[in-house]
Amino acid sequence: MITAGIDFGAKNVKMVILDDGKIAGRGSTLTGFDLKIAVKDASEMALKAAKLKLDEIAHITETGIGQGSVEFAADSVSEVGANAKAGVKLLPSARTIIDVGAEEARAVKCDESGDMKDFVVNERCAAGAGAFVEAMSRALEVELEQMGPMSLKATEAVPMNAQCTVFAESEVVSLIHAQTPKPNIARAIHDAIAERVISMVRRLGITEDILLVGGLAYDVGFVDAMKRGLGVEVHVPEFPEYVSAYGAALIAQERAKE
Amino acid sequence: MAEIKYQTKPLDIWNEGKALRQQYYENYAKAHEKGGIRWAGGAWAYSAVPAGLGDDVWSLTGEPYGASVAFDKKFAARCHEAIEAKGFARDLCAYLRNYLGSIVLDEYVFGGKFPKPDFQWTTHICCSHAKWYQIASELEGGTPLFCIDVSTGLYQDFDERRREYVVNQLLDGINWLEKITGRDYDDEKLIQAVYNECEATSLWAEICAMNKTIPAPLDEKTMYSLYVFGTIMKHRPEAVAFYRKLRDEVQVRVDNKIAAVGNEQRRVITDTQPPWGFLEVFRYLESYGVVSVGSLYTFSLIGAWEVKDDGTWGPKTTPQEQGIDITTRRQALEILADWTHARPEWQHFYSAQKKSDMMLRIVREWQVDGVLLHYNRGCEGLSLNIAENRLAFKEAGVPVLPFEGNMGDEREFDLERTKKAVDSFLELLGVK
Ligand code: SF4
Repeated sequence: MITAGIDFGAKNVKMVILDDGKIAGRGSTLTGFDLKIAVKDASEMALKAAKLKLDEIAHITETGIGQGSVEFAADSVSEVGANAKAGVKLLPSARTIIDVGAEEARAVKCDESGDMKDFVVNERCAAGAGAFVEAMSRALEVELEQMGPMSLKATEAVPMNAQCTVFAESEVVSLIHAQTPKPNIARAIHDAIAERVISMVRRLGITEDILLVGGLAYDVGFVDAMKRGLGVEVHVPEFPEYVSAYGAALIAQERAKE
Repeated sequence: MAEIKYQTKPLDIWNEGKALRQQYYENYAKAHEKGGIRWAGGAWAYSAVPAGLGDDVWSLTGEPYGASVAFDKKFAARCHEAIEAKGFARDLCAYLRNYLGSIVLDEYVFGGKFPKPDFQWTTHICCSHAKWYQIASELEGGTPLFCIDVSTGLYQDFDERRREYVVNQLLDGINWLEKITGRDYDDEKLIQAVYNECEATSLWAEICAMNKTIPAPLDEKTMYSLYVFGTIMKHRPEAVAFYRKLRDEVQVRVDNKIAAVGNEQRRVITDTQPPWGFLEVFRYLESYGVVSVGSLYTFSLIGAWEVKDDGTWGPKTTPQEQGIDITTRRQALEILADWTHARPEWQHFYSAQKKSDMMLRIVREWQVDGVLLHYNRGCEGLSLNIAENRLAFKEAGVPVLPFEGNMGDEREFDLERTKKAVDSFLELLGVK
């Protein structure tokens, strides 16, 4: 059976197509202003990769911020619900899945079947999400992709008291003026986000194994900060930004069988 | 969407309640036309005491007034702008800002100019209460103000010494009322007001206790419109009469399984004031058969409770039910002080544990499946300790959804984000 999941993120729309549970195609595009175009582009990309047509998909489940915007979706699931399902599929021992996207961080605790047991989402602030790194990379005048590798070269931990993106930016500027090496600033930025995310996850209770997903899981500096902050191993799957879409596709599969 | 399992119908008494509330606010505004007196103060003020000045004494209680302003989002925004322009910080109590903004604009939310009171009569329990009427008085050009300090700690410690501390202030207050109004004080009216207040607040608890039934005869958003009489006129005969009728009607609903929400399949409670301009969140929950059956806030902001012989919560036995004949001013004030300080909603100002215990009791007795906790930036008083309460639910294995917002300032509430979190919660409850 062919099913699909589509994840409407703040920055990207992602689609995953499953053929009998195996990933047949993926597609991702910038969300932009025209949601319909973003959905069309992401789905065309995934369909092309899977060599399929839209009407060959038995069931499509959507997730993410723009729920209701995907005309061809049969139903929806929350990101935490999708993450729980996908997380356990990707790493059967995973019990806590932490998802840090562009605008939001969330975490879900689940059982061995991938059923959600509890969840948390971040407060109304981007300081614990990917948008924060983007803003800081601009302040540092460093390519976003370089932030992670640069952070790993830090020689010293510099404290950053940032409570929000706006204040953090002025703090970064002060650090630059104080001639703080850029790698140390990059690490301070990652540590600041990790600290916020971890304090949120602690509300759930840390249950291993931990799987880190979402776009920020690509950032090796952030992953390192999470490992240090949590004091336990943090696993990152392949294609971490597709995990919610993958979970939605798995749920589509379950629902199609019902 | 959940299937309809129970019959449902609107409350017969609904329009009567609406008219009573409107009439009350009008009576306050027009009091001077008939030679009456207007006073303003907190909803928790000892309102039975000024009743000794006569039947034509009307009050404007700040919190329900602030909530009425919050319903009118445009007016609320203007109130915030007006008071913030005077240098008042955005993180102060949202009701206080709505109320003070209304004074600054000189507009009454129900129409016309803001009807200034003849005096302010209030209590101090949270830090906003302590300054609210002082500032109101200043903004109004010096309205006389009398405050009663009620910070006497947990009710379990409310011994004779503490009670005397309150009663002596009330006795001084009566002398002050006579002086500033030029009227003679009538103890008989005070005594009747005390009987009324005890009966009205006990009746409200009785009504809330009926919501232990499945299906719940009342949903919380409806209850918000009904408890209001306990916040604007708990000492008046109209409040008693209304609650008696309501109690009888709710009993009929219980006997006939008439539900507030026909598709009830899960029961939740909330905490603190909701974001008033966004009660649609409750409707959203209901579309999945999730009904909020109340909260510690809705039950005991005014409700008077006691632990019954079987160990469950029920309405507090009134002095009249106990056969107590009140004959003197002092006795009336002692009974009123004791009644007031037993209020469950006052206990959590002193103990997070007490509040958690009371909420967990509600979860058990009202057969609740989950809890929505409003991290209410608009009320430092009632959101005190709320994060600790969340931990208590977590330890007890009760699903809980905290969400951020503000009861009276829509700038601090994100409807879409909240709905998204609610979606996850609905999945956790197994209904979506
Ligand atoms: S308890 Fe809340 S609503 Fe009441 S005065 Fe204090 S902050 Fe305002």
